[in-house]
Amino acid sequence: MLSVDVQLTLGSLTLEVDQNFELSGITALFGPSGSGKTSLLRVLAGLERAQGRIAFGEDVWLDSSANVDVPVHRRGVGYMFQDGRLFGHLSVSGNLRYADRRADRTRDSLSFAEVVSALDLEELLPRRIDGLSGGEKQRVALGRTLLSRPSLLLLDEPLSALDSDRKAEILPYLLKLPGQFGLPTLYVSHSVEEVALLADRTLVLAAGRVRAEGETAQILERLDLQALTGRFEAGAVIHADVRGHDANFHLTELVFDGQTIAMPMVPQLTAGDQVRLRIRARDVSIATQRPKHLSIRNILDGKILELVEEAESAYAELLVQVGEQRIRARLTRSAVADLALEVGQSVYVLVKSVTFDGHAP
Amino acid sequence: MPEAGAIVLTLQLAAMTTIVLLLLGTPFAWWLANTRSRAKPVLEALTAMPLVLPPTVLGFYLLILMSPDSALGAFWVQVTGSALTFSFSGLVVASVFYSLPFMVQPLQNAFEGVGRGPLEAAATLGASPLNAFFTVVAPLSVRGFLTATVLSFAHTIGEFGVVLMVGGNIPGETRVISIAVYEQVETLNYAQAHQLSAGLLVFSFVVLLAVYLANRRIPVRVF
Repeated sequence: MLSVDVQLTLGSLTLEVDQNFELSGITALFGPSGSGKTSLLRVLAGLERAQGRIAFGEDVWLDSSANVDVPVHRRGVGYMFQDGRLFGHLSVSGNLRYADRRADRTRDSLSFAEVVSALDLEELLPRRIDGLSGGEKQRVALGRTLLSRPSLLLLDEPLSALDSDRKAEILPYLLKLPGQFGLPTLYVSHSVEEVALLADRTLVLAAGRVRAEGETAQILERLDLQALTGRFEAGAVIHADVRGHDANFHLTELVFDGQTIAMPMVPQLTAGDQVRLRIRARDVSIATQRPKHLSIRNILDGKILELVEEAESAYAELLVQVGEQRIRARLTRSAVADLALEVGQSVYVLVKSVTFDGHAP
Repeated sequence: MPEAGAIVLTLQLAAMTTIVLLLLGTPFAWWLANTRSRAKPVLEALTAMPLVLPPTVLGFYLLILMSPDSALGAFWVQVTGSALTFSFSGLVVASVFYSLPFMVQPLQNAFEGVGRGPLEAAATLGASPLNAFFTVVAPLSVRGFLTATVLSFAHTIGEFGVVLMVGGNIPGETRVISIAVYEQVETLNYAQAHQLSAGLLVFSFVVLLAVYLANRRIPVRVF
């Protein structure tokens, strides 16, 4: 348990956070730029001096009233910076050994070789830092952070400086490593996509304050947060089981609370796998009768749970219960009026496309 | 070589001054590079003063400051038993002031170039501030250290006015090359003056050339 109650003023931002973090798996700190996500992470690491109290389990890191402020190098946190911050005067292996030599070995038995092989760094070891690509640099930075044997992993938008190909190169490691090494992780991001993909829990920050905290799926389906979670990429995260592949049409079929949906084939999945899917609100349509003669294949039975019409805009947002899970839909207000949609009504949910986010945790 | 004593003394003075400046100038330059204090521009201006002041002015004030009548001078006499003026120790003190900007400015630039980033990264990896300075900041500032060391050394070798004011011309104690050249010319001993002058000329050029070449070529070292 990480308990935080801090205040900090930095320029025009006033950060005021009073929050307990459960610290299992990955927790996202999510919010628009300038909301204080990175400042909060820096306060936790001790890189920014705040007022208040921070305790990590039994260890008190900050207690202004008792004049306790444990310096960065004694907090045992691993911090991965947006820009990697590798040391240019050391080789890749020199950077890794810098962390390895100073690590507190009593924390766990994770070895140098294990980290190097988990991140596929063998080939890079003798290389110079300035010869690495952006993606390689972040892989080395992640390895270096892990080798400092932290008890808490803080990742500050590690993907934001990378293009989408490089992101795809790092993501699998970020998905797998914190779990593999059993490290509680706080992950700062302003991308809904990354949060949906990586985070078990999400904390939404706006203007230096916590707006919401909870399981990622529940946060992303909350319509009242959509100004913060974004309209264009907004959507719901759902869990489904793999039923099998349809090699003929190159599809993977999934069972989702008793109903079937299909997505473009992901060959590495096998029947019985649990997966996490993201369905964007703008890819969902609603029908009051089961449609025929339509190209959309994924049609689910649901019931309208919430309906929010956005003032001064053409749009309305719906939250629809489908089995045990919920899906968001973004419609025009005129469609809502034409179909006379209202809360409690049974509808058909038409899903135009499904994004595969990875194995369920 | 008739002026061997002057040459040895000059090299001793330059080496001693450079060592003292490295020890004092490094923390001072680090402070200047990182402070948000309002005193920073004042101290920067004071540091740069020897660049614009006539050496005689600097020497004059140092002479007054170090004389056994002053508090500092009297304290020195009490501790060491001899006066600071017209002594080798006095020359070192004066040279430290005189060459201060040549040590502090390149170091400050180098530290500012490195920035807080690598230091923060080192701290999160478990390095104490001092350890982070020696293992990350110093190696990343190696060009700054090279430039600062060579310029301080060379500039001390070339000083004349300050030495003349606070040191005079005592063989083996304060008679450095530049003073020797001055005296040889005064006594119309041009052959001797040529030897020493040409020597300094070549030495200065070689040193500066080495610095500029090194600054271009030295890659930051990879271990």
